[in-house]
Amino acid sequence: MRTLLAITRRELAAYFVTPVAYVFIVIFLVMLGALTFSVGSFFERGQADLAPFFTFHPWLYLLLIPAITMRLWAEERRTGTIELLLTLPVAMWQAVLGKFLAAWAFTAIALALTFPFVVIVNLLGSPDNGVILAGYAGSLLLAGCYLAVGAAVSALTRNQVIAFVLATAACFVFTVFGSPVVAGFVADAIPSGALEAARRVSLIGRYDSITRGVISARDLVFFATFIAFWLYANAVIVELKKAG
Amino acid sequence: MAAMIEVEGLTKRFGPVLAVDDVSMTVARGEVLGFLGPNGAGKSTTMKMIAGFLTPTAGTARLAGHDVLAEPLAVKRRLGYLPEGAPTYPDMTVLAFLDWVASVRGFAGAERRARVERAMRATSLGEVIYYPIEALSKGFKRRVGLAQALLHDPEVLVLDEPTDGLDPNQKHEVRRLISAMAAEKAIVISTHILEEVEAICTRAVVIARGRLVADGSPAALAARSRWHNAVTVRVLPGQRSAAVAALEGLAGIAAVEAEEMPMDGLVSVSALPRAGQPIEAAVKQALGAAAIAPSELRIERGRLDEVFRAITTGRAADMAAGEAREAA
Repeated sequence: MRTLLAITRRELAAYFVTPVAYVFIVIFLVMLGALTFSVGSFFERGQADLAPFFTFHPWLYLLLIPAITMRLWAEERRTGTIELLLTLPVAMWQAVLGKFLAAWAFTAIALALTFPFVVIVNLLGSPDNGVILAGYAGSLLLAGCYLAVGAAVSALTRNQVIAFVLATAACFVFTVFGSPVVAGFVADAIPSGALEAARRVSLIGRYDSITRGVISARDLVFFATFIAFWLYANAVIVELKKAG
Repeated sequence: MAAMIEVEGLTKRFGPVLAVDDVSMTVARGEVLGFLGPNGAGKSTTMKMIAGFLTPTAGTARLAGHDVLAEPLAVKRRLGYLPEGAPTYPDMTVLAFLDWVASVRGFAGAERRARVERAMRATSLGEVIYYPIEALSKGFKRRVGLAQALLHDPEVLVLDEPTDGLDPNQKHEVRRLISAMAAEKAIVISTHILEEVEAICTRAVVIARGRLVADGSPAALAARSRWHNAVTVRVLPGQRSAAVAALEGLAGIAAVEAEEMPMDGLVSVSALPRAGQPIEAAVKQALGAAAIAPSELRIERGRLDEVFRAITTGRAADMAAGEAREAA
């Protein structure tokens, strides 16, 4: 436990060593504000909820989460510190989980800083704060899924740019599978069974229902399984590279 | 348990390249093993496998009885490892980095502080503890890596080029540190500085093209040299040809080499023995008979660099053949 915490703490601190973390958080907040208020017509809708705010999270995460995860393993590989990390008495799951938790904690910090949205909507009306809380939970779970994918992809390469691009592509696939636009577009091209299977592993449908306040055990299990699967893949990739 | 490190048939294949080919050796407590070989011979790959960073294609290594494949954590807890190039997290300060390594190793509170303190003192890092590691010179970085390896006072130390990039004073310090710890640990260091092997190693292992080609004490390795028991005398320039002529005919002498010394203008004449036999008496007698009084007479122990070159470039066979030809 102490080992896991030590790894998480170091990784989290590493985000804040350079100004990149602060720039990242500022971009995240500004983008969310712009999207929510202009594109999402937050005021014009005249409804006291944060639906326009949460709608944009998956798309914003698509670009921002890979930026958080690209460093995790690729940088260790580039500088050779991976050899140090993996020859310390650290179990593979501790290294993988420690890094993931650090990235998740960083995302949680960025997400927590969106609290002014909650304040504004509460000042303007009387929203259902339970639904807003569910939205935040859903957003954090979605971010966890993207992070798990991004971390595993980062272990494939020593080049952060490649890690970023691959992670964005992979997350994009898992996001758009469920969106009606894409489903309608490819419906003729692929068998309906495959489409249905694709919809099952899609993240966005489940995210949407959570942000509407519908928290089902099935969705929670799905998110947990999704994250666990990619963390396991991450460990396998690191282990395979050792044998290479 | 005497053998702290047991390496058994360690083999590593990278695609078509056989980087390490069936290397076996043991290192006991109290031994300092010098791991020698040209660049790319497989030294670092072998060390990475012993440390559990690379998975061997075949074979295994045991540290203090624990198999690195079956019980990697038990091995890593007992091992202090300095990876090639001494990688450290560049954005951390020396203190924060060592503190982190200590907490990953499970130390907390006063004990952690004491261990970090002691490792920093042993490697003379006191003046730079609040510097980010990236701001340090190469020598300091290497010492941070060394401090990290010593932190938990491990039974086994595997150090990949611990003195690379250090100035002569720092090299001396590190060698002293290693010698001081040698008695109660099993230590493996890789190096291509041969004087280092003679200075601190109790045993030397030479690896070339992935294969273990020699294993013995530095003195025994040196004894394989053509120069083992060679006699070198210094004579006046005018006596050069007379000295060479006097020595060349002798039965026990394989070859005579003469070279003018730029320092003092004298000529250094060396007689190389056949099969490492002592020839001092014969040389003295021959020179006496030729009425040459050398200003200096030295018996060589053997030249490690020459042995190293011969066995790592596959010229060992040539050497033997040359000796046979001279004998004929």
